[in-house]
Amino acid sequence: MAKRQPEGGQDPVVQRIRLRYAKRGPMRFTSHRDFARAFERALLRANVPIAYSQGFTPHPKVSYASAAPTGVASEAEYLEIGLRAVVDPDDLRAALDAALSPGLDVIEAVQSPLNGGGSLADRIDASAWHLELPGITPASAEAAVRAFLAAGEVLVERLTKQGKRVFDTRAAVVRLELLEASSALGDVPSGVAEAPCAILDLVVRQGTPTVRPDDVLSGLRVVADLEPPVPPRATRLAQGVLTAQGEFVDPLAADRPAAVVGASSLV
Amino acid sequence: MSVTSVFPQLERLLPRISKPIQYVGGELGAVIKDWDSVTVRWALSYPDAYEVGLPNQGVQILYEVLNEQPDVLAERTYAVWPDLEALMRAEGVPQFTVEAHRPVTAFDLFGISFATELGYTNMLTMLDLAGIPLESRDRDDRHPIVVAGGHAAFNPEPIADFIDAAVLGDGEEAVLEITAIVREWKGEGSPGGRDELLLRLARTESVYVPRFYDVDYLPDGRIQRVVPNRADVPFRVHKRTTMDLDAWPYPKRPLVPLAETVHERYAVEIFRGCTRGCRFCQAGMITRPVRERSITTVGQMVKEGLEFSGFHEVGLLSLSSADHSEIGDMCSGLAQQYEGTNVSLSLPSTRVDAFNVTLAQELARNGRRTGLTFAPEGGSERIRKVINKMVTEEDLIRTVVTAYSNGWRAVKLYFMCGLPTETDEDVLQIAKLAHEVIRAGREATGSRDIRCTVSIGGFVPKPHTPFQWAKMETPEVIDHRLRALKNAINSDRNLGKAIGYRYHDGQPSLIEGLLSRGDRRVGAVIRRVWEQGGRFDGWSEHFSYQRWVDAASAVLPGYGVDLDWFTVRERDQNEVLPWDHLDSGLDKDWLWQDWQDSVTGFEQDDCRWTPCFDCGVCPSQDTEIQIGPTGKKLLPLTPVGSGLRVPQTVHQHG
Repeated sequence: MAKRQPEGGQDPVVQRIRLRYAKRGPMRFTSHRDFARAFERALLRANVPIAYSQGFTPHPKVSYASAAPTGVASEAEYLEIGLRAVVDPDDLRAALDAALSPGLDVIEAVQSPLNGGGSLADRIDASAWHLELPGITPASAEAAVRAFLAAGEVLVERLTKQGKRVFDTRAAVVRLELLEASSALGDVPSGVAEAPCAILDLVVRQGTPTVRPDDVLSGLRVVADLEPPVPPRATRLAQGVLTAQGEFVDPLAADRPAAVVGASSLV
Repeated sequence: MSVTSVFPQLERLLPRISKPIQYVGGELGAVIKDWDSVTVRWALSYPDAYEVGLPNQGVQILYEVLNEQPDVLAERTYAVWPDLEALMRAEGVPQFTVEAHRPVTAFDLFGISFATELGYTNMLTMLDLAGIPLESRDRDDRHPIVVAGGHAAFNPEPIADFIDAAVLGDGEEAVLEITAIVREWKGEGSPGGRDELLLRLARTESVYVPRFYDVDYLPDGRIQRVVPNRADVPFRVHKRTTMDLDAWPYPKRPLVPLAETVHERYAVEIFRGCTRGCRFCQAGMITRPVRERSITTVGQMVKEGLEFSGFHEVGLLSLSSADHSEIGDMCSGLAQQYEGTNVSLSLPSTRVDAFNVTLAQELARNGRRTGLTFAPEGGSERIRKVINKMVTEEDLIRTVVTAYSNGWRAVKLYFMCGLPTETDEDVLQIAKLAHEVIRAGREATGSRDIRCTVSIGGFVPKPHTPFQWAKMETPEVIDHRLRALKNAINSDRNLGKAIGYRYHDGQPSLIEGLLSRGDRRVGAVIRRVWEQGGRFDGWSEHFSYQRWVDAASAVLPGYGVDLDWFTVRERDQNEVLPWDHLDSGLDKDWLWQDWQDSVTGFEQDDCRWTPCFDCGVCPSQDTEIQIGPTGKKLLPLTPVGSGLRVPQTVHQHG
């Protein structure tokens, strides 16, 4: 009868590397699953000595920290990989970046301890977002923000896999501010270039369910009927642990060698 | 005149629709060239959703062949789902290509590859969204030349009004020749406009331009004749055959999508053509003769294709892969090269033969076992003789038991229902066969943990096959037989619970039959279905049988014919068939003889191993069988080592 156990085993993990990557421009429309498939292929294209799980269908050792929703750009996504051979983190960053489609960009790679040191998830409890609302005047955005912050609770509804869910968005919002128009990231969608565009700076603490930028926009609609005529554009700028002063502790900081390499940041 | 991207307009719609990534492009292997730096521009399409269309080999091959030409650009466009279609109409966004989001109407040529007739309504959606008039006669010099290809182009008569031209057969050389004609015509300042260009294409004798042919009908509705209405236009148009597949090793840089698609693998065609002679199989008839790709070219393509794409799976494709003269060495060589790499290799197994299990066993060496599928096609030995599928019941049981004994716990068996001369009893034999497979499997393995899935679909007679004259069974008869088969499988509960049963009901097959063997009068039915909302007819959740029946009854009686006339009517030897002026190389007298032989159960051997039986293809097309063995072996790959590789820049810019 059939062998019910696979022969041999997979090579052990000898190095753990954490990556920060970005989803930019049109690539923001990749879902988390799309990115994961593209990343697995990039590992093969770049000949990365990735380690595999044991079992009948070995999976590459890749684990993701909270991924940005489909349609949202990000400058601060994180993942961790386990390798069966040691590589130079900077070389790995360059090889993986070249192996992914432009717009899926690997920004930084650092080695993390094989044991201990805590997981990536332990180092993330909040997220900073940049929201562009084309067609919304700064004045109306400001009024909506004031109403939102003044409310004790802002209930919104979202369709989840479990069905419709109603939850509070206010409690999770640590910061919500109107920025100057000049702080727009990249191109404003054409056709609205002449139109006003309000820009919001948003910091949200993680919880259950995770409050996403579109939930906060729903909240602004609830409190102030704020209804952007064209879809807003959201970009995640940072993730990490929020200090009492409202600063982000970069999840890779603890692993980064004393001399900082390759880190570029929009934050 | 340059052309601007519609992406800014499209981008505003993307957050409002499902799976926006499919419209964004950004695939590895995609090519974006400067519009003004080239002379000839092609938009290529597979007329289905991106997830189905992107992996299509034909489009990928032509895309690469064309983009390798310095003065040519090719981009791709796919059918958009109804959610985006509605928004595009509301916001005035035209049909676009996924690479550079250029409007399709700006291209010189719009090539559409039809693997199935059920894509016809999607073609109309694409034309309409592009702003291209639906009918060829309403187009002018501002519009692309609409060219149909793929297997369905062997009878393009139902879409004759909507296309400007059709190419039969292999596309690699044909697209380059069409390109050369367009290049020259444009270089001369486009003399004579669209009409002159189409005339030049038609004079090659290998591009069919429907508007240059008139169809006359007899009072009883049959075709009287199809004749050219212009000087120098050939009476018959010939199919194209690419010889020497080693000279065309495409895809070299396969398209690797970000969106999830139906096939996530690097596919290599290990040979083209098939002479097994299954009488229902249009692919086997129209792609003759067999032309093998050599073991060394296949090895090279797999190596480079995997390195380029990062795919974890390789498919060795063809119409009957175990028939490659060096398939054994190919499978063991590849298995050896990729042992321990977590790359899986697969073979679409359709031949019922223990050798297939051996090959699959070899490919599964690194632990990744792919599914095994066998296609006896007919339930009884009698019907298998009718269709020329030479498999005995003992063959089948021995093969499946070998699979179970070698560790496969499940196999799939494919059958057809509604074959010529078929009776209820022929179909019920499938249940007996499946029961026997489970019984023998349990006995051989000593385990009850084995399964088989019976998958059955309706038979559709196709042009250029011996069954092109056959009548179809009605959906009522098909559905009755499918129900009876289900009951027969479950009549033995003990065995039945180890048997899965999947079937496609008879209604879509009947419509496919109408479109397969239809003539120009069917075009009005397609248009009406599309106007009534018909889209994505290949998807059961979008297909509406009633819409097709209603459109057929609204349109066809005006011509003195009806849906039954096209489908459940048997044709006689003298009838002019709508595709008789389109030459697949098969001799019509040979096809007729093979049709007669089928009814008496006379089996036809394969000309690769027995003398030529004069099907007519090789002499009429000036082609020949190209098979090995070459005697070469796949050399072990140089060990890759642990060095990281920085892949080449992924997007080419011309």
